[in-house]
Amino acid sequence: MLTRHLGASVRHLVLLLLSVTALAPVYLMVTGSLKSQGDFLDHPWALPSSPRLGAYRTTLNGQFGHWLINSVIVSTGAVVLTMVIAALAAWGLVHWPFRGRDTLLGIIVSLMVVPPVVLLIPLFQVGAQLGWISTFRIVILTYVGLMLPFSIYLLANFFKTIPGSLLEAAALDGASPFQVFRRIVLPLSGPPVATLVVVNLLWAWNELLLALVFLQSDEKKTLMVGITGFQSRFSLDIPTVMAGMVVATLPLVAAYIFGQRYFIRGLTAGGLKGE
Amino acid sequence: MTAHATSVAPAARRARRKASPGLGPIPWVAPAAAAILFVFAYSMVELVKGSFRYQDAWVGLDNFKLVLTDPLFRTAIQHNAMLLLAVPVLVAFALCAAILLFESRRGLAAYRAILFLPYILPIPVVGVVFGQLLQLNGSLNGALDGLGLGGLTQDWLGNPHLALWTMGGVIVWKEVGFGIVLFLARMLSLPEDVYEAAKLDGAGFFRMHLKITIPQMKSLVIFYIISEAIVMVSWVFNYVFVMTNGQGGPGTSTVVTELYIYRTAFQDRAPELASAAAVLLFLSTLVLIVGFFRVQRAGEGTFGD
Repeated sequence: MLTRHLGASVRHLVLLLLSVTALAPVYLMVTGSLKSQGDFLDHPWALPSSPRLGAYRTTLNGQFGHWLINSVIVSTGAVVLTMVIAALAAWGLVHWPFRGRDTLLGIIVSLMVVPPVVLLIPLFQVGAQLGWISTFRIVILTYVGLMLPFSIYLLANFFKTIPGSLLEAAALDGASPFQVFRRIVLPLSGPPVATLVVVNLLWAWNELLLALVFLQSDEKKTLMVGITGFQSRFSLDIPTVMAGMVVATLPLVAAYIFGQRYFIRGLTAGGLKGE
Repeated sequence: MTAHATSVAPAARRARRKASPGLGPIPWVAPAAAAILFVFAYSMVELVKGSFRYQDAWVGLDNFKLVLTDPLFRTAIQHNAMLLLAVPVLVAFALCAAILLFESRRGLAAYRAILFLPYILPIPVVGVVFGQLLQLNGSLNGALDGLGLGGLTQDWLGNPHLALWTMGGVIVWKEVGFGIVLFLARMLSLPEDVYEAAKLDGAGFFRMHLKITIPQMKSLVIFYIISEAIVMVSWVFNYVFVMTNGQGGPGTSTVVTELYIYRTAFQDRAPELASAAAVLLFLSTLVLIVGFFRVQRAGEGTFGD
């Protein structure tokens, strides 16, 4: 009994230690944003002695708000488009099955691990030829292409689990494939759609490399691109930098809190089916 | 694709298709096919074509020769290879933490949410915060001093012998949550009676997990290893770019292949050389991508619904 309690205490001690390690940088970021520069340099780990929001004012007065809006436009645009296109394609693949379809799905999902840096140079050259550099179009189009493989894969695997009898009955009633899709398939698809929205939103929001190359004018920068320059511009004003980081993270934390269940489901689905 | 659908459709499907003639799946899959073909197929073809050219003239393998003899490219590849050493560390940490969580039903949800938090943070944010934390006069060294561990203080990012390992540590900090959540989800779905029986037989903590838990995690661990290997070889650009202000410094001590490609293409304006490097990077990830594909397919057989 005693060893049992001891074991439990050791367990919690280790978990506590891990949690502190996971949270320490986040703690530093949040408290740092509420301190004065001097306070931060003297006591980086202490709670703010007199919390102030001045750093947030400096942050948001700059171009930060603008970048935030750009990020919202690019992320939502890319995710909405991805969801529509992926749902149509997944239903197309499930409703009209053919030999080798599952192999094709396997190949499609493998595309999600192709490193974006490999695709970057040709995409940039096309973008330059079309005059699309520093437009949202090229970024959104690329994001859609990169998010589609996993989205199609997940939705197709979900659609396959919808009982055939349900679909047969509707077809016998003379419903067209589109009617079956809209009236039966989509209403059942809440959970996988929510999963994909959360996973894809996080991905698009956090993407740096493509946005860095495609969005060169200051007007069009996304938050992640802005942050990298922001850091060097305000390198002597740590609270302002930290406030910027908090603002850039908040939408994610909100999405995470609302969609944690779906997000975890999405991650494990990426691992193996039927988790 | 369509020809196949017509020739092998089972009778039931055929009857249904008669009721809805037309183009079949084509309109449904066309937009996705167009986007995927553009972003992946077109790009790959153009990339390979570009890697054999210099200013529109065919130069054979010259670009590849130049890249392969570039000391910076070799350094970059070596750095990616060194970062691969973080993969076993990640697996070990994630497995241990997942087992500890699995054992502590109380507080599981809270611990899991906290340990998973780093994984959802944007890498640029992580880079900026750690960049501050790891300065010579930064908060980590301050904390070490305060704890009486002043001997452990280091110039984490400024020492060329240490900077890459520091980078690896930050990546582990960020990526381990993914493994924990992945492994824990599987553990929680394992049948409980096996554990009850093992406990009745007097199996201890280590024996139980070594004999029961870990063998059941095999395919998932392989999946995690492959995913993280792909990260180390081809997805570390964000960390390096943000934490070293795009330089890969100090000196060349944190230059990785992605940064080499980015700088060669967009700063040195030598897209041909960068294309050759990108082809080489793609070929090396291809091994991992094929592995990923096979695990994915095998997973369907083992865990299929």
